[in-house]
Amino acid sequence: MTAATASFDMANRTPARRWFDDPMKLWGILMLIPYALVFLVLVTYPVAYGLYLGLKPQSYVELFRDPAFAVAAWNTVLFLVIAVNLKFLMALALSGFFMAQRGWVKAILVIFLLPWAMPSIPTILSVRFLLNPEWGLVNAQLFKWFQIDGPNWLNDPQIAFGAAIFMHIWKSLPFWTLILITGRMAISKDLYEAADVDGASRWQQFRFITWPSLAALYVTSTILSIIWTLGDFNSVYLLTGGGPGDRTHVLATLGIRYLRIDKLDLGIAAIITAMPFVLPLVFVMVKRLSRGPQDD
Amino acid sequence: MNSRRIREDVRLFLVAIPVLLWTLIPIYHLFILSISNEKAMLAGKFWPDEPTLQNYRIVLNQQHYYLNNFWLQLFNSFLVAAAVGVITLFVATLAAFSISRLRTPGGRTIMNLALATYLIPAAFLAVPMYKAMGSYGMLNSKWALILAMVALASPYAIWVLKQASDKLPAELDEAAVIDGASPLQIFRLVYLPLMAPSMVAIGVYALLLAWNEYLYAFLLLSNEKQLTLAVALGQFLGADDSPWNILMATGMIYALPPMVIYYTFRKYMVSGLTAGAVKS
Repeated sequence: MTAATASFDMANRTPARRWFDDPMKLWGILMLIPYALVFLVLVTYPVAYGLYLGLKPQSYVELFRDPAFAVAAWNTVLFLVIAVNLKFLMALALSGFFMAQRGWVKAILVIFLLPWAMPSIPTILSVRFLLNPEWGLVNAQLFKWFQIDGPNWLNDPQIAFGAAIFMHIWKSLPFWTLILITGRMAISKDLYEAADVDGASRWQQFRFITWPSLAALYVTSTILSIIWTLGDFNSVYLLTGGGPGDRTHVLATLGIRYLRIDKLDLGIAAIITAMPFVLPLVFVMVKRLSRGPQDD
Repeated sequence: MNSRRIREDVRLFLVAIPVLLWTLIPIYHLFILSISNEKAMLAGKFWPDEPTLQNYRIVLNQQHYYLNNFWLQLFNSFLVAAAVGVITLFVATLAAFSISRLRTPGGRTIMNLALATYLIPAAFLAVPMYKAMGSYGMLNSKWALILAMVALASPYAIWVLKQASDKLPAELDEAAVIDGASPLQIFRLVYLPLMAPSMVAIGVYALLLAWNEYLYAFLLLSNEKQLTLAVALGQFLGADDSPWNILMATGMIYALPPMVIYYTFRKYMVSGLTAGAVKS
């Protein structure tokens, strides 16, 4: 059927809309079925099952009595506050650095993205051995140059926890720097040129041009990063294993710890306990992200 | 003018050095361990004495207790990653077309549910997912991991594809409908060709997510022959006297495919993923 006859056909039939309205609806629903199945089988059922397992009040009593839980909850707060803020201050500064119009800076950006492009397991394990008190490179070099015995890095809860935060930032910094670079690129160059003519200092340019344009993006990114940082299992688990003595666990690793010692109900209870803090953030972000461009 | 540029260069250089050190030390250390023999591995030097490729030979010939199934596990990683990439693309492209172009009623609700799934940390869903896979009788099957990763990857995939799809002009579909095209023909002849760049980004995203996944793989798989390489790497930690040099050689091999894929598709990845990733 050629285009001309088709449109001629449609023009002649009065209930023309129904002619394609129905197949649109039919296909629309058919095409949503695969994801609906994925959602029902792999999200709804597990979550419902989890909530059902989390109904036993006894689990919460036992959970709150476990000192490891209190430590992990406090660690999670510390981890979030330190890691997210540090990461974003660094990303903000570095995004400015990478805006420099130099070929070699662009080349460094390509290298800088490596932690994002690489799987995290090999690099985390590499740092783990780097900090090995007896054979690791750090302590060996400390001894060689200063004749001092370096600390037992990962066996000191505070240092181990700091190392886990470093690992997390190392892995996620490139992504957020890229996001802020994208944000900076959207700012008109004319503004900076005009500011230059007016003799504005570097700080004034940042304070009155860059920051106002980036602020909204910075806040959205921070919220998103809080949620994801909360779920960082690898940086803690593969570096410290939660040790020494369960002192460096965060909520993401604590659930798995309970699973491994056959106290699955406690793991579920720990996750449910975190939900009152997680769900409001999720709700805010869903609202922010689901706005279509037409609603802005 | 020229002296100003030089001053600027010096300043940039002073930032560049710590940035490079920060980025490269863990990776460089990974590399030098992978070419160290047993003695050099314990010496803690910046460059090993007698660098060797022996470790790589041991890995590729499966000559170590931890690596008896290296090739099989490498294949498992490929299989899982490819399957997750293909299935996620299938599920997400259809859903995005339906929600964005056909404006199916209820599409927005499904979009929001998917976004909520995407935003809840995957580590929190891991324990319930493990229980659910147990009750489906799927524990220890690669399909459990593939399906779980599809569930984790598809919300973001749908969202990015929907964003990209919303940008296509509505006139395209209208013109096609007037020409008598069915929704399926619009999908095949108009939509897919225009969405190809975003689909590449999403396919690569899902593939890399699955290849890199440790937690779910380690929970859902336990049989040596089903493991992916990620879990096999983690198993090295079981003993105190682990052969770290061989572990790092395995880690280098494991890290190589995603890096090649990532840098090959970097243009798509950066524009396709970061542009959609955060809206101000």
